Amino acid sequence: MTAYEAHFRVWRGDVEGGGLKDFHVEVNEGEVVLDIVHRIQATQAPDLAVRWNCKAGKCGSCSAEINGRPRLLCMTRMSVFGRDETITITPLRAFPVVRDLVTDVSFNYEKAREVPAFVPPEGLGPGEYRMWQEDVGRPQEFRKCIECFLCQDTCHVVRDFEENKQAFAGPRFLMRVAELDMHPLDAAGEAGIDRKRTAQEEHGLGYCNITKCCTEVCPEGIKITDNALIPLKERAVDRKYDPLVWLGNKIRRRPS
Amino acid sequence: MATGTDPQARTTSGPDPAAHGVHAPSRAAVPARHLRTDRWWLAPAATAAGLFAFVVYSTWRAFSGADYYAEPYVSPFYSPCVAQNCVPMKGGANWEIFGAWWGLSPALLILIFPLGFRLTCYYYRKAYYRGFWASPPACAVPEPRAKYTGETRFPLILQNLHRYFFYFAVIVAGILTYDTVLGFRDESGRWGHMGLGTLVLLINIVLIWAYTLSCHSCRHIVGGRLKHFSRHPVRYRLWGWVSSLNARHMALAWASLVSVALADFYVYLVASGAFDDPRFF
Repeated sequence: MTAYEAHFRVWRGDVEGGGLKDFHVEVNEGEVVLDIVHRIQATQAPDLAVRWNCKAGKCGSCSAEINGRPRLLCMTRMSVFGRDETITITPLRAFPVVRDLVTDVSFNYEKAREVPAFVPPEGLGPGEYRMWQEDVGRPQEFRKCIECFLCQDTCHVVRDFEENKQAFAGPRFLMRVAELDMHPLDAAGEAGIDRKRTAQEEHGLGYCNITKCCTEVCPEGIKITDNALIPLKERAVDRKYDPLVWLGNKIRRRPS
Repeated sequence: MATGTDPQARTTSGPDPAAHGVHAPSRAAVPARHLRTDRWWLAPAATAAGLFAFVVYSTWRAFSGADYYAEPYVSPFYSPCVAQNCVPMKGGANWEIFGAWWGLSPALLILIFPLGFRLTCYYYRKAYYRGFWASPPACAVPEPRAKYTGETRFPLILQNLHRYFFYFAVIVAGILTYDTVLGFRDESGRWGHMGLGTLVLLINIVLIWAYTLSCHSCRHIVGGRLKHFSRHPVRYRLWGWVSSLNARHMALAWASLVSVALADFYVYLVASGAFDDPRFF
């Protein structure tokens, strides 16, 4: 493949205002969108702000929206676009803009702090934890999260309704609740924390209408909806809407 | 860190401060509601068209109250028959629970359960929220409404009843299995025969069971609710099987929706005399 010139529109501005600026940039074989953004920085707009770090899809820094779709700049190959196609890059549109392609994602860190941490089991010290693979398999999938917040950005609950940010933790942190609730050694229950109930009552699980956009955009391929959010919804049903499960828990002989 | 780039409230020279969603004052000022250039509308449009076609067909068939039994086949829309005004079905699920006062089509009494199961199904929820409600129409395409409460309030909070519909769906699937077994008879009720209708009902019931067992509530009930799979090896194995089916839940939802309509249509054709059921043996 030979080099060619591509037409980019990159959002430039800050919280006071801004707009899409046109750039015509050289593209070479094997390049990703982040390479082109760096070339724009190097040749045409040295003050273009972009957040990036590993360039390998593992740090979750370079989240942006390319042609309207939330994606990692470093994991979007230029070969997926036609040579004549205009490529539009904007910052994440669910969060406050800082400058150019950089947004303020502190909403996510606030939500992270609202999820009670892993509660260590009583009587076990460091190095004494023992777990079976079949017990940790489910939460292990969620540990692949690189915290790029693309799922948080695409989730219509907060993207389209700013006022819901207070009540709704977003898919990433509901997945964190699910991860901890499925963790074989988490002793939250013994500490008086009911993760199933708080998922619904404090983290806004009921706002999720399982339309799977979080799963669609996850660069790690985590099945957020099917493996975290829906199981968490079913666990909340156990607590709040199913008297049969309540009765079963009262008379059961073995712990779950 | 004083970078001079910390977010602040937009001044009056910016866009409308009352704007919401992606046009909220603190967000990047992009006039377009979305910038997607692909055919994002195709999937919700196709979903809405498919579901609408099924609703039209099933409404016609459910209210018609006729041509649903052609011995030995009974339409899955009319089984079990729990009213007195049913056509007598030899050996079939004729249970006159509702007596003579029910004057409407007997299908209406039983379709509530499969309808409720599909209406509260996690896959169909996604399908109709996107296709009919535009909530959202597609990822990163804004909703047309100003307020959203999701499934936190009545009536959508009733979606949490899905598992109860699952229990009923298992019973209905069991009865349809019985109907399929009855299909291995000939027109006079002798066993050991098979026709094209038997094959149609057989394919339908396999897909109905696959869809029912691939349900997310089923996955939760058989093992998903456990914290320690290692203490419950049998349920862990079952959970693994259901999880494999669950990964194909969308495909099974559509396949079983089409098959149940086709099975009903086949019985309609045979019962109305428009088509003669070819007998294999």
